[in-house]
Amino acid sequence: MRTDIRNITPSTPYTGLTEGLQLYAAGTSRQFMSGEWRTSTPVLDMEKCRQCLLCAPVCPDSCIPVADGKRQAFDYDHCKGCGICAAVCPFGAIAMTED
Amino acid sequence: MNHTDKNCKTIQMTSREIRDRMSGNEAVAYAIRQIDPDVMPAFPITPSTEIPQMVSTYIANGEIGTEFIPVESEHSAMSAAIGAEAAGARTITATSSAGLALMWEELLLAASNRLPVVLALVNRTLSGPININCDHSDGMGARDTGWIQIYAENNQEAYDNYIQAFPIAEDPRVHLPVMICQDGFITSHAVENISLLEDDAVKRFVGQYEPEEFLLNPGRPVSVGPYAVSDYSMEAKKGQEDAMERAGSVILETAERFCRMSGRKYGFFEEYRMEDAEYVLLLMGSAAGTAKAAVDQLRQQGIRAGVLKLRVFRPFPAAELAEAIRRCGCRALAILDRCESYNGVGGPLGSEVTQALYRAKVYTETVNYIYGLAGRDFTVEHVFGIVDELRDVADGKVLPPDHKYIGLRS
Repeated sequence: MRTDIRNITPSTPYTGLTEGLQLYAAGTSRQFMSGEWRTSTPVLDMEKCRQCLLCAPVCPDSCIPVADGKRQAFDYDHCKGCGICAAVCPFGAIAMTED
Repeated sequence: MNHTDKNCKTIQMTSREIRDRMSGNEAVAYAIRQIDPDVMPAFPITPSTEIPQMVSTYIANGEIGTEFIPVESEHSAMSAAIGAEAAGARTITATSSAGLALMWEELLLAASNRLPVVLALVNRTLSGPININCDHSDGMGARDTGWIQIYAENNQEAYDNYIQAFPIAEDPRVHLPVMICQDGFITSHAVENISLLEDDAVKRFVGQYEPEEFLLNPGRPVSVGPYAVSDYSMEAKKGQEDAMERAGSVILETAERFCRMSGRKYGFFEEYRMEDAEYVLLLMGSAAGTAKAAVDQLRQQGIRAGVLKLRVFRPFPAAELAEAIRRCGCRALAILDRCESYNGVGGPLGSEVTQALYRAKVYTETVNYIYGLAGRDFTVEHVFGIVDELRDVADGKVLPPDHKYIGLRS
């Protein structure tokens, strides 16, 4: 049975959960603010950025959106602060700061 | 066949009997050919190696369409099995001993993600000392992984149990993986007579695999195996435990349906000459054949001995076992473990059977014996010795030993 998982809460009895806790939806990780785990934050210096777009594809959490051929602001809701973008940037446009 | 039931014979069987001779591994591979599953990831390990080898031959000959995935370890074999099953494919694998041990983490995931994978386990001891022969330490080590476990006495039962595994595992009330166990070499490699079923009858029996939810299902997305916070984990485990409890009745329903097709009757366990047995041997696997032969001889001497051969170990039929012991008026029960638990007090069957008896208030004398480790022979003479000891215990001549090794040099 495809339960609407939005109706499941910490007060739902065990018989009301889905089999194997399956989620009948896709892309649900977007709803979890896993950026809370971050202890180090990338900060973009727009002056130095040349829009070479090397950073966007290496982000393991897809936190560097691209629109009209340009990278957009970091998605800090999901960025874990791994620093790969800063390491790959040839122009030193991304600095990692301690939170 | 000594396990053919009279009641079943009266029913019109839906499969013609095909007489042949085969080893246990051949019998399982033959069943796999008849079932034609979608995916088989496997890694070779003695004594189960022949199963993927024979299946590969069936595939190479174009007899089945199974996708065989050669993997680099059993850890990967079970991981691939989980992925394939979650994707919506009927998936099988086979292994033994250290191979099952290497699957450990994934065994629990297959069960908790409620994926009906079917695994042919050819029981072999776990190291060390390193040894390739039979005991049940691999299967018993996985007893708390959430898999259904069914044990066979011989090649016929390995074949029959294997075919029944799919309707049990895939039943929507269950959705749990199943381990079909047979004794390494003793059953897997010994060639015995066997009664096979027709291909069409087997295909009809297992049916098409039509999972309700699966990953490769456009428009109906599903996420499998998500992280669960403490608010949900305990509830998920209880839900899984409920499915294991429900598996009991599904196993019996499937056995009844199998009986209508084959004429061979199965239950949680087989009771052999148990109707008035004062001395009972409870055990699993090929040694049950030895115990039955010994009991036949003891009966000729007027000693009321019987055998309770456990077939379904998970779910554990505690109440039914206790009732069978109560019903026969057993004076002393030998619980035989082909596995050492290293808990200082016996083997896993010893623990679970005595718990079952106590909970059901069946207070018969019990002795837990450890036998057949790493392929050590188990003979009718051993059974005679056990029954002698049971009689002395029942008569109050000796105190029941805590747990005792059979055939040990001391």
